[in-house]
Amino acid sequence: MRELEYEAIVIGAGAAGMAAALRIAEGGFRVALVDREDHLGGILMQCIHNGFGLHWFKQELTGPEFAERLAEKVVAAGIDIFLNTTVMDFSVSNGVKTLIACNSEQGVIQFNARAVVLAMGCRERNRGNIGIPGTRPAGIFTAGLAQRLINVDGYVPGKRVVIIGSGDIGLIMARRLSWVGAKVLAVVEILPHPSGITRNIVQCLHDFNIPLYLSHIVSRIEGKDRVEAVTITPLEGGTPEHSKSFRIECDTVLLSVGLIPENELSKKAGVTIGHDTGGPKVDAHLMTSAEGVFACGNVLHVHDLVDFVADESTRCGGYVVDYLRDQIGEEKQGAVTAGANVRYVVPHRYVPGRDTHFSLRSIIVKDRGTLLIKRQGAVIKKKTVQHVKPAEMIYFKMRGSDLPATEGDPAPLEIALE
Amino acid sequence: MKKDVFDVAIIGAGAVGASILRRLSAYDLKLALLEKCTDVCFGVSKANSGIIHAGFHHPVTSLKARLEIRGNLMFDQLQHELGFPFKRVGIIVAAFSYEEMKTVEQLYEQGVANGVPLIEVCGRERLLMLEPKLNPDTVGGLYAPTGGIIEPYRYVFALVESAKQNGAEVKTDFEVVSAKHNDNVYTITSSRKEKIQARHVINSAGLFADEVSAIFGGEVFTITPRKGEEYLLERNAAGFPNHVIFPVPSRVSKGILVIPTVEGTMMVGPTAIEVNDKDDSETSSDNLDKVFAQAMYMIPVISKREIITSFAGSRATMPGNDFYIGISKSAPHFIQVAGIQSPGLTASPAIGEYVKDLLKQDGLRLTEKTDYEPFIPHETCVRELSPAALDEKVKEDPLYGHMVCRCESVSEAEIVEAIRKGHTTLDGIKFYTRAGMGRCQGGFCSYRVMKIIARETGRPIEEITKRGGGSRLLLGKIPVESGARPSPKPKKKSVKYA
Ligand SMILES: Cc1cc2nc3c(=O)[nH]c(=O)nc-3n(C[C@H](O)[C@H](O)[C@H](O)COP(=O)(O)OP(=O)(O)OC[C@H]3O[C@@H](n4cnc5c(N)ncnc54)[C@H](O)[C@@H]3O)c2cc1C
Ligand SMILES: Cc1cc2nc3c(=O)[nH]c(=O)nc-3n(C[C@H](O)[C@H](O)[C@H](O)COP(=O)(O)OP(=O)(O)OC[C@H]3O[C@@H](n4cnc5c(N)ncnc54)[C@H](O)[C@@H]3O)c2cc1C
Repeated sequence: MRELEYEAIVIGAGAAGMAAALRIAEGGFRVALVDREDHLGGILMQCIHNGFGLHWFKQELTGPEFAERLAEKVVAAGIDIFLNTTVMDFSVSNGVKTLIACNSEQGVIQFNARAVVLAMGCRERNRGNIGIPGTRPAGIFTAGLAQRLINVDGYVPGKRVVIIGSGDIGLIMARRLSWVGAKVLAVVEILPHPSGITRNIVQCLHDFNIPLYLSHIVSRIEGKDRVEAVTITPLEGGTPEHSKSFRIECDTVLLSVGLIPENELSKKAGVTIGHDTGGPKVDAHLMTSAEGVFACGNVLHVHDLVDFVADESTRCGGYVVDYLRDQIGEEKQGAVTAGANVRYVVPHRYVPGRDTHFSLRSIIVKDRGTLLIKRQGAVIKKKTVQHVKPAEMIYFKMRGSDLPATEGDPAPLEIALE
Repeated sequence: MKKDVFDVAIIGAGAVGASILRRLSAYDLKLALLEKCTDVCFGVSKANSGIIHAGFHHPVTSLKARLEIRGNLMFDQLQHELGFPFKRVGIIVAAFSYEEMKTVEQLYEQGVANGVPLIEVCGRERLLMLEPKLNPDTVGGLYAPTGGIIEPYRYVFALVESAKQNGAEVKTDFEVVSAKHNDNVYTITSSRKEKIQARHVINSAGLFADEVSAIFGGEVFTITPRKGEEYLLERNAAGFPNHVIFPVPSRVSKGILVIPTVEGTMMVGPTAIEVNDKDDSETSSDNLDKVFAQAMYMIPVISKREIITSFAGSRATMPGNDFYIGISKSAPHFIQVAGIQSPGLTASPAIGEYVKDLLKQDGLRLTEKTDYEPFIPHETCVRELSPAALDEKVKEDPLYGHMVCRCESVSEAEIVEAIRKGHTTLDGIKFYTRAGMGRCQGGFCSYRVMKIIARETGRPIEEITKRGGGSRLLLGKIPVESGARPSPKPKKKSVKYA
């Protein structure tokens, strides 16, 4: 068994892992980038549509193009890359982080490092997670798997498709399936409003005359060998009105019902997971509850734009550099909490007097919303946000000058929306 | 011609048929196992609670109780020979009132009369010590340490593999549709018009035993399916118990149970509802709420949020609620093994033994093989290996180093091994290796597994099915210039290993 020493290891070579590793290498440290896939880029490689990079590269790119640009830099920076390599175990003892990874060529590798970046991305929620009754035939796919089958492998998962969930991935798949000749019969959304962005509703559904059923659920899947039909039931006052159910014959059901951070390894290392994000809890330096273990990208909280992933992850890499230089001091941090109408805020702590980027998700839908940053009972800053909706992450920067030190320990910060 | 005649044909490759097959494979006999599905163990034997019952639930006057108790005792030896996952974790029956405690005492006495070893009645303190997650409102209960849990498909696969190793033949995709008896030989025809001949026939067709009996001119009876829905919760679930937890049984069923699995996941269920359709495997949302309400009454920390999947299977029940095993009085050399409802899994090894004796009674000569091999080679499971041991395995076969299923850590080598053993559907591989059985339910690995099946079997990927028949997974290939938009293949990075 091989043992390798690095100053930092990054787990996952998607947009997040690449951006973090790059920043660490730029800081002059030896870093290894490990991914179980045979390519760099993570989930981006199957997102062949446009809409990536407008903020980060100031240019509209496809997913693979975005990945390609980052990958070139990663290769040029001389970062040690381990592909086809699955990290199976992760433990922390006496400040030393140990990863057990495995690939076919080198066998088992034990990596030891001072710092680790978690950048494992997320996984799709599936049927069991939302409990759709009925039979269990072939023809039920998560949207991401269907996307991969079509875009990477070139196969048609189904001909007559019903999509559950109106998140962006589901919408993009509705269009993609239509392009390859499949008939998308319905998109069914449990909420009274679509979960995807408006642009996608127009371009992916309206342009193809695909009906969107809001406040509806799929209450039954039928079919012995392959999916044969689904029953769709409207919700009235929050409960299913079965007398108004209708049935659609189809051969395929696509599930686009949300993503959850991939936190198996994080849990193994004893990292505290936040109930709000489903990912690790992090402090002002994006450091998890385990010292020297950082997190960024979709493993930290699910992002809708890769540009924000790249930005957050580059900052994360910067904090790792500070940590390796012993420059992360003992500055006192204050708590950050989600106030009214806010599902979560990341990071979960802040340092007074320092610029801080916050990511948050709203619970409400509002054309024009106001962010209220409160401390010690007073609003210390207000910000207007357009088109507030749960589907769109709000990402903003607070200047250090707006976050002065408070007397004694830093007072808790509350971020609310109204 | 006569050389091709099987001494015994067994219909149905569930726990029962497989146990009979394996028991008979110790003798000098030409054996065939006939199964209508694409793989073995695709019937009820894959969709149950996986409990090896201790034997206190039924009075010893019934055949099923006698075979249950005997079956339970046989599992240590079987596991030693076949290496399937099995653990005697013990069974607890938790009482929540003094009324229920009386039933517990009756169960205790019944258990003692049945010869269940080490069974005891526990007070509240002792019960909570054994099972700290139990609702503290419990007043006490029963503890039967010899009860256990098993991975039922692994058990059936191992039985079949062992029998094959000892010369038995297994024919899948062979649905028996007709039979003729001439010159003391049955000619059995499948739905695909294949024919085989056999002198003795065993009807272990589970839910369809009534139909198979009719095909052979056997006794007329009706099997009524009694459906049970179960919910599977992820590894490290908060409610994972130390033992199998039963409520105090009602007259009709054993109730909703909380079950740890050998692999570290857990289950709650099953319901018990009579249905009309034998293939009905639907789950419903009403039952979900009922099942969880009952399970959470026993172990309050159980959470619906940890559900990863649900499934349903039906018990093959007959009037009288006992097993019906015997030599047919109307069809010659035809043995009925019907009505094998719960505890059929537990009883299955004893059923194998019992049917062997019936065959002898029916005139079959049983000569022990001199070269019978009870052991099968141990399968490597990457998830059970230490890093050093895995490193060694990768040196032997690099495919052990390629993880295909992320949730259950299944390597490509294990998938290839399963395919070589004849499991060539997504479900077959799932049950054999656990790939696709974890938290993400195949979201990550299913297309990888499909590609490996296609590569190993030389079949186009579009023909790969979930579980045979019409359960195709892909419905076509995209023509190169089809859609209105091009679909650029992502460029592979040519990055070298560090
Ligand atoms: C279907 C889809 C459509 C999207 N569309 C858009 C869009 O139009 N515009 C936009 O800006 N953004 C879009 N996004 C969002 C954005 O692309 C993603 O949020 C971003 O790419 C995520 O990057 P990541 O590095 O956090 O995760 P990932 O790209 O998922 O990378 C995680 C990597 O970690 C690896 N990994 C995980 N566990 C292990 C382990 N144990 N061992 C080794 N490796 C491991 C994985 O193999 C993977 O490569 C989309 C996302 C999805 C899923
Ligand atoms: C919800 C539930 C929970 C249970 N829990 C437990 C438990 O915890 N412990 C326990 O001991 N028991 C339990 N049982 C009972 C146990 O599962 C069954 O008794 C056992 O699996 C029956 O095995 P079998 O081989 O008879 O049936 P099956 O596994 O159904 O096998 C019969 C086979 O015959 C095949 N077949 C049918 N017709 C034909 C034909 N014409 N030609 C060819 N092949 C044919 C079928 O395809 C099938 O594969 C449970 C049952 C249920 C439903």
